[in-house]
Amino acid sequence: MGSTSVQPFAESLAEEYMVHYPQEKIYVQGGGSSAGIHAVRSEAAQIGMSSRPLMPEEKDLIAIPIAYDAITVIVHPSNPLDNLGTEQIRRIFSGQMKNWGPAGGRNHAITLVTREEGSGTREAFQHLIMGKTEISLGALVQDSNGAIRQLVADDPHAIGYISLGLVTDQVKALKIDGVEANVENIKERRYKIVRPFLFVFKASPERQVKNFLDYILSPPGQNLLVQEGLVSVTTISATPPGGAPSK
Amino acid sequence: MKISRYATQWAAKVIVWMGAFSTLAVMIWILIQVLMEGLPLLHLDFFLDSPRQMGRSGGIFSTIIGTMALTAVAIIIATPLGVGTAVYLKEYTRETRLTRLIRFGTDCLAGVPSIIFGLFGFVFFVIFLKMGWSILSGGLTLAVMILPTIISTAEEAIKAIPRSYREVSFALGGTRWQTVARVILPNALPGILTGVLLGVGRSVGETAPLILTAGSSLLVPTSLFSPIRTMSVHFYILAREGISMEMAYATGAALILLILTINTLANWLLWRYVRKKRG
Amino acid sequence: MIKEKFLEKSLFLVALSSISVLALIAFFIFEQGVPLIWKAGPFSFLLGERWFPSQGSFGIFPMIVGSFWVTIGALIIGVPLGVACAIFLCELTPAAVSAAFRPMIQLLAAIPSVIFGFWGLIVLVPLIRNYLGGPGLSVLAGSLVLGIMILPTIISISEDSLRALPRTLKEGALSLGATHWQTIWRVLLPAARSGIVASIILGMGRAIGETMAMIMVLGNAVQMPDSILSSTRTLTTNIGIEMGYATGDHRQALFATGVVLFFIIMGLNTLALVISGRRRS
Repeated sequence: MGSTSVQPFAESLAEEYMVHYPQEKIYVQGGGSSAGIHAVRSEAAQIGMSSRPLMPEEKDLIAIPIAYDAITVIVHPSNPLDNLGTEQIRRIFSGQMKNWGPAGGRNHAITLVTREEGSGTREAFQHLIMGKTEISLGALVQDSNGAIRQLVADDPHAIGYISLGLVTDQVKALKIDGVEANVENIKERRYKIVRPFLFVFKASPERQVKNFLDYILSPPGQNLLVQEGLVSVTTISATPPGGAPSK
Repeated sequence: MKISRYATQWAAKVIVWMGAFSTLAVMIWILIQVLMEGLPLLHLDFFLDSPRQMGRSGGIFSTIIGTMALTAVAIIIATPLGVGTAVYLKEYTRETRLTRLIRFGTDCLAGVPSIIFGLFGFVFFVIFLKMGWSILSGGLTLAVMILPTIISTAEEAIKAIPRSYREVSFALGGTRWQTVARVILPNALPGILTGVLLGVGRSVGETAPLILTAGSSLLVPTSLFSPIRTMSVHFYILAREGISMEMAYATGAALILLILTINTLANWLLWRYVRKKRG
Repeated sequence: MIKEKFLEKSLFLVALSSISVLALIAFFIFEQGVPLIWKAGPFSFLLGERWFPSQGSFGIFPMIVGSFWVTIGALIIGVPLGVACAIFLCELTPAAVSAAFRPMIQLLAAIPSVIFGFWGLIVLVPLIRNYLGGPGLSVLAGSLVLGIMILPTIISISEDSLRALPRTLKEGALSLGATHWQTIWRVLLPAARSGIVASIILGMGRAIGETMAMIMVLGNAVQMPDSILSSTRTLTTNIGIEMGYATGDHRQALFATGVVLFFIIMGLNTLALVISGRRRS
């Protein structure tokens, strides 16, 4: 169990896995990155899903990246803007810029939406883009990436952030500082808003867990994830993903 | 300018009629909205197939099983407790401070918000009793939520039985328990069943407490300790995530149909009961 | 005889189940929540205007205000409509029509809250956004949905109260020359007042306790609403939306929100019981 950002992908993997190995049963549960890690420690779950790195006190557990995910800033398809600078994004999300006008868009109030406190995606967004600037308390809050996407798809003046893997043609992903969010740019480290999806488990995993993990890291498993919009671990290979706030 | 009483009356009645009809209109609007989009999508496969691709395709089979299992656990636990309480209050004691306290407690329990039940179920069943996210945790939480309903309706049903029944039974030498088991309960049965059905209806519709106690697994459950998603929870997740609006409508339509069936059944039972009493 | 005594004792224990459960609930919720209220300081918890768990700020005042406005809004919509319907059913239609109406109202009461929330999300929110402005997810949307949801409660109890009035009351007024409406307005309604007020308080309890539908249409911004078109969050949605991820202090703060809710509901319930005088069935 764990991060709801990782959850849809874990469920796809589990579904595929159980097709190939029908005698195995895998239950996937949400609850958040922290809860997932906690559950692994208390043995309530064998595998924890996390969309954030382990904290120092959690280092007794093992974390393996199963894929990398980019966070994209999304707007309604009808929004005339294609690109925003990091500084502009900070000013919008902190509530300093309340109107699309100064950014070059239509003269209308910005509908701001964010994930809820405690969400791994929000933490990553805060860490990778916002830095020390707080997200505005007046922002609308939705408790899942899918709900944010839905909101932005319905409101022509909305802006939010979701996993790259969840972007559909109902919304438009903006370029940040001119860099588009795609696999190529992520590989070349040009798009830096990237975070690892981790599977967390205890030191010596059971055979069942190992088998599932092997499957995930194998080509068919990674292919499935790439199809769903994530970036394979093999693409990123040795170097760790961009962790510092850009610029 | 003095407005005649009759003009006031006419105006007032018009307003009241408008109020009543707008209420009716909105009710119908809400139901039609979901049913119209959802009913055409309902076919046998939908009910027999489990959700696939996180609900994008497939059906709602596992959620139907989940709903049934959770409701069953809730009813099995709450009914004996509720009927027992009602029997005790009505048959074994007079009105004392204790009985008033019990009634007050029951009323308070009825008013507790569902999210508080969710918090309670989470910290008590899932964590403290180590039942984990499971049918058991969810069912027990639901049982606690519907207990007041069953107590109230059972009490009403028992209260409605004429004193003569009891007097005859005692006169014939029956003990209190024999009276209860052979005279009171059988006669109160339709009323009690109505209460049970109301409880079922409530269980089917609850969402918040179940997310916190039963989990949201899409797999068909294999034991009482399996996590499971009910139809309401599935509907909520589909509707908010925008995974598939069609699936959301279809699930919603199925949910409404289920509630309709339960309600009609409850009403029919009540109607039969009233008729039997008159006749 | 022993069997009888045994049964009586067992049933006694069973009868204690509802208060025991209530006590259990109170115990566990308080056990989790009160330490945090103490740690953060009761005043700064209740009156603090900043809710920012990741920085250790736990003020729930915006949520209290949010709950307040949404509930008031729901009452403004639900009470007039509800009482109107009760009058309609009781006085203005023949028994057959009101008998037909009643199952519909019961059905409305049984519909899951998520369906109402869904309708609000699909129908009301876009309407508000396109015609009135703001993001659509707003106090207005919440009040409308909630108002509709509490209608069955208000209608059924008010109607019962009106029906329970002795016929002589109505006959007396009419025979003194009052019109039908005057009778309703000046005699029947005031006489049924306690029942109607009880229904309002119960409706209020239901409104304050609603979670799912509100998460769907309120927008959940952590701020005090400055107009009915702005987004806000209630005490219940605060718990519902953050419970999934919360750990440690954050989680305890959510339980603490639950403690506050618990008190509010208990207070309302007691008020309702006192006003209605007798226990309503």
